Amino acid sequence: MHIIESQRVPEQAVFRHVIPAGEPYIFNVNAGQTVRLLDLEGNQAIDTLFYSSTNPRERYDPQRTLRRQNRAYLGAGSVLYSNLGRALATIVADTCGRHDTLGGACAQESNTVRYALDKRYMHSCRDNFLCACLHDGRLNKRDIGANINFFMNVPVTPEGGLTFEDGISAAGKYVELRAEQDLIVLISNCPQLNNPCNGWNPTAAEVLVWD
Amino acid sequence: MSKDPLALQARLYEEVLPGGGHASFILKRGQSLRITDIEGGANVSMMMLNAQQPSERLNLPDTLKGQHTARLQAGHCLYSDMGRVLAAITEDTCGWHDSFGGVLNAEEVREKYGQGRYQELRNGFHRNGVDNLLVEMGKWNLDLQDLLMVVNLFSRVSVDAEGIFHFVPGNSKAGDYIELAAPMDTLIILTALQHPMDPHPHYAPRPVRLAWLQTHSDDSTHACRHSRPENERAFHNTERFHL
Repeated sequence: MHIIESQRVPEQAVFRHVIPAGEPYIFNVNAGQTVRLLDLEGNQAIDTLFYSSTNPRERYDPQRTLRRQNRAYLGAGSVLYSNLGRALATIVADTCGRHDTLGGACAQESNTVRYALDKRYMHSCRDNFLCACLHDGRLNKRDIGANINFFMNVPVTPEGGLTFEDGISAAGKYVELRAEQDLIVLISNCPQLNNPCNGWNPTAAEVLVWD
Repeated sequence: MSKDPLALQARLYEEVLPGGGHASFILKRGQSLRITDIEGGANVSMMMLNAQQPSERLNLPDTLKGQHTARLQAGHCLYSDMGRVLAAITEDTCGWHDSFGGVLNAEEVREKYGQGRYQELRNGFHRNGVDNLLVEMGKWNLDLQDLLMVVNLFSRVSVDAEGIFHFVPGNSKAGDYIELAAPMDTLIILTALQHPMDPHPHYAPRPVRLAWLQTHSDDSTHACRHSRPENERAFHNTERFHL
């Protein structure tokens, strides 16, 4: 766990937006700007994807990102690499300590597999991603690869087990990323109610951007 | 995880995929693919899609979290993003297939092994996983966006208590094999290249044998289907697709 606090003050942010519980949000960030994702009430997974806004075929690549840092979790200092091998963003501050990029996003279909067939019609992150992408027009299903789950805790055991633990986040914890390119950021503020990734109670999250 | 010894299993065809080679084909519903490490130390990077509707693709995060595992072995299923089973691992003598390592691109291969161009090396040139998989995917009119997290068969990467990766050499011996049974028509894209975290300093990819089998009953997938309730539901979803 590597905790790095930020010196940035919310009053100087050039942009702020609160994402209500369970909703998507898609926005642009310019190279050099800093984005903070703020867990307002605690234990809220924020499913996030990054794309180059100049070439949206270039997107976040979890396997390259983990391989280059030789570590299974994301945290302060992690560089998020693209499928073209270039840096998209760097985690420059983090008060949570660990973020997941192996667990993916929930979907109607995976909910039927993981929990029960009758969970198909509950709201999900993939629905959020698709809805935001198709309205936006620059992205579609094809572009939705494996995402980051900020504030989610998915430990891998030495024997190769994968467990979903209670969140290690709390109200007011945040992660900050410096954009290394002009980016599209696609977020689903996770609506999952079937596991502890949102503390059984999805809540709002805030996005802040500084120049 | 062995099958009913009385079940018929016709060998349809086999061929060798040379080290550095890439291939793609539709593994039809009811068929199995046996991939054998001929010399030991092979690695096969693999991507899968629904052959009828290729917007449906292998989803490794769903595969891992649905089965609470980061390693893949016999009894596991490979899920699509639509909650269906693209392939079931019906047999496996290796015990650990990797989900972390991904594939290297041309620049990363050059950094790791030095320059190895066609101009000097002809067909021994240094291939890379990204280009090999992309070329095969292009043959099916697929694109860069369809190259997602891949499985690395025959390789083992463990994670210690601090989250650090450790490549484990010698995971696969000569003759080790994995058998993938397809409960739906599955487009398989693969390439035989060294694992990206393999510390071996030289470019020396190993060959594998591909064998296609026709299975005549559900025996081959029975154990995978019932290995955990998530897999029962994923098979249910697969059958729902075939209504």
